[in-house]
Amino acid sequence: MPFPPPLRWAVELDGAGRHPAAWRLPGACPGDLFTAAHWRRLAATVEAADLDLLVVPDAYRLQSAGERDQRGRLDAVAVAAHLAPLTRRTGLVPVVTATHTEPFHTQKAIATLDLTSRGRAGWQVEVSTTPAEADLFGRKPVAPADELWREAAETVDVARRLWDSWEDDAVVRDLATGRYVDRDKLHPVDFAGGFFTVKGPSITPRSPQGQPLVVVPVRDEPSLALAAAQADVARLETASPERAAAWAARLPDATVLLDVEILLRRGAGEAAGVAAQLDAWSPGHAPRTLRHVGTPDTFRGLVQALPAGVDGVAAVPLDLPGSLDVLTAEVLPRLPRPVVRGTTLRERFGLPRPVSRYAREVPA
Amino acid sequence: MSAKRQVHLGAHFPGVNQTTVWRDPRAGSQTDFTSFEHLARTAERGLMDFFFLAEGLRLREQGGTIYDLDVVGRPDTLTVLNSLAAVTTHLGLAGTINATFNEAAEVARQFASLDHLSGGRAAWNVVTSSDAFTGENFRRGGYLAHADRYVRAREVIDVARAFWDSWGPGALVADPELGVFARDVHDVGHHGPQFDVRGPGLLPRSPQGHPVLFQAGDSDDGREFGAAYADAVFTMHGTLEAGRRFTADLRARAVRNGRSGEDLRILPGASFVLGDTEAEARENARTIRFQQVGPQQAVAFLEQVWGRDLTGFDPEGPLPVQDPDLTATIAQGRTRFPRDRVEVAREWRELAAANGWSARELVVEVSGRQQFVGTPEQVAAEIDEYVQADACDGFILVPHLTPTGLDEFVDRVVPLLQERGAYRTEYTGTTLREHLGLTHPHDASRALDPAPRTA
Repeated sequence: MPFPPPLRWAVELDGAGRHPAAWRLPGACPGDLFTAAHWRRLAATVEAADLDLLVVPDAYRLQSAGERDQRGRLDAVAVAAHLAPLTRRTGLVPVVTATHTEPFHTQKAIATLDLTSRGRAGWQVEVSTTPAEADLFGRKPVAPADELWREAAETVDVARRLWDSWEDDAVVRDLATGRYVDRDKLHPVDFAGGFFTVKGPSITPRSPQGQPLVVVPVRDEPSLALAAAQADVARLETASPERAAAWAARLPDATVLLDVEILLRRGAGEAAGVAAQLDAWSPGHAPRTLRHVGTPDTFRGLVQALPAGVDGVAAVPLDLPGSLDVLTAEVLPRLPRPVVRGTTLRERFGLPRPVSRYAREVPA
Repeated sequence: MSAKRQVHLGAHFPGVNQTTVWRDPRAGSQTDFTSFEHLARTAERGLMDFFFLAEGLRLREQGGTIYDLDVVGRPDTLTVLNSLAAVTTHLGLAGTINATFNEAAEVARQFASLDHLSGGRAAWNVVTSSDAFTGENFRRGGYLAHADRYVRAREVIDVARAFWDSWGPGALVADPELGVFARDVHDVGHHGPQFDVRGPGLLPRSPQGHPVLFQAGDSDDGREFGAAYADAVFTMHGTLEAGRRFTADLRARAVRNGRSGEDLRILPGASFVLGDTEAEARENARTIRFQQVGPQQAVAFLEQVWGRDLTGFDPEGPLPVQDPDLTATIAQGRTRFPRDRVEVAREWRELAAANGWSARELVVEVSGRQQFVGTPEQVAAEIDEYVQADACDGFILVPHLTPTGLDEFVDRVVPLLQERGAYRTEYTGTTLREHLGLTHPHDASRALDPAPRTA
């Protein structure tokens, strides 16, 4: 195996960071978290460091019921869409949950993000596992994880069909016949699954990438099954290198990123001190995945010893902008990075632009 | 400061509709972001109140196949508006979102997010549908009884407002010394025929408190809904007198709903055609109308009214001799034709005969929207006259070209409205509510909410 392998980088930006007390740190500007200015500042840092993916998390629940913790989130598609005209390179990946939303709305929102970002849209699929999220919609009770991920799989499947439902050359603007569009190049998807039906075709024409990138978090067997079937990029949420390697082996068709919660400072003592302060302010916040509290050097060491089959890192700063600034200024410049060719996210990942499945079915 | 009533203007993106002329060599893309950006920047250069996007949720069909003669396909409304929020600074961003096919918690959060990210420039044009044809793209399928569409719309807004208010004023404390991020966050509890929801809003109050609500709909139900709920009503309008009657009716209905009649902006959609002389403008308008109604479109229009397949019909000859077939629904995904179609056909035959019009010429005459046609001076004077007479508060301009259709209006008509003292010379506020002269919903002086419908 060649060393070092080409490394992929995603970063997930969650308000003032994933730690619920991070808003109290100096430099956090907690009054600005719901403003465009906050997101513009972070996106400028991510873009300048040429990270591959900027993930905006989302969920239909508050992060906490306590008044001391960070609470509230802007709609992730809205944030990504806002950043689209302000960035040129990094892929924009909002989380959209599949459990209570309409697949038809989700697919056209992501296709449109692809239009307004000129080919840099992705979609991270999530499910809603709590009664609180079900109560916010009041349409159906909460379901077990395997059922939720099977429903999510249907949602991804129908989204991908709808993204193909307009062939690339469907708009003809034919003056002689008066036709704006060739209706033979628009296809109903006629999807009938176990959870819903969708007629199609999409209302939105095929987007610049044809198929925006689908990102799937892997944390259990049901999410691994969806990632294996549908993911372009998989994020492994585990602290175990053995489990990460075992999952990666089952994802031969995806770019595999290992999730790492980071708290980085230039000195090890400083990093440990900040982490201890955060946990003192808001105790009992367990890591969701591998966590690294340390320096640029210790983090580079981790990155250079990733488990087999892992192509890169999905960094989740516990605090913002602190750990993001250290990551982009001190870590990334000293690691080998692949040369990026092209302007779309698929090009960045070396993926071809797929032909619509319906165009393939009916040879010209 | 002039005491003159001020003209309010919005800019309609010419996407999917029969006014858009795609045949013109200057017509650009209806989907590229550059098109949205150009029109929005032009509207902002013209100091307009807002940019307006329509919505569609299923491709229109005629005779069982996708209707292919007009522009087809649209990007997602909210996604486009959030991207436009990044490239504009003052312009309001109004999006049409159907109350039937969206969930209250979701749509409330989406508009609050747009309001946050734009710094208070969001507006929601609430439309309704009952339509099982569109419903086939959504989980629930078949959808609503026609009579229930405003029942659901009212409930969507009641629930959305409850979510918008569920963080108290000043709930976002964000004080690191005190160690309090947010307090005073309440659960919404709503149990009604359409929604049974519980839980907290997911965001602090947005800059406008409640994003501005637009509504369109001329039925009695629609007017009553608009008078009770809307900040601005998007309407059609004919003559100045008809506009005055409509506006007076809406303002009176608003008062009956416990609101000030002045706290409602009435904004008809209007197209415009300019020329250096009146004669040139009229000639330009005629050219555009015949581009909009090509021979194929004329036949398609008549098929919709006649409910019949008119393959082989010559649109340059007289109207069809048979009467409309009232049992057939030939067009899907369009607004219902509101009148008795047999009666309409009879009227049109008389009209065509009296004027010597071909079928296509008849369609050109009867399918047109309100237009301002004239020199820039004439158009500015006419717009001013409508507003001063309280036939409306201004207009939503519907250009016929994407994306440059507004350029000439901004360059030539806006300065004349300014000279007349009827239009702003700079933005004086930052939010859409301020542009429209509307009070903030949490201003104690305003009795905004109708009686809560929560049980």
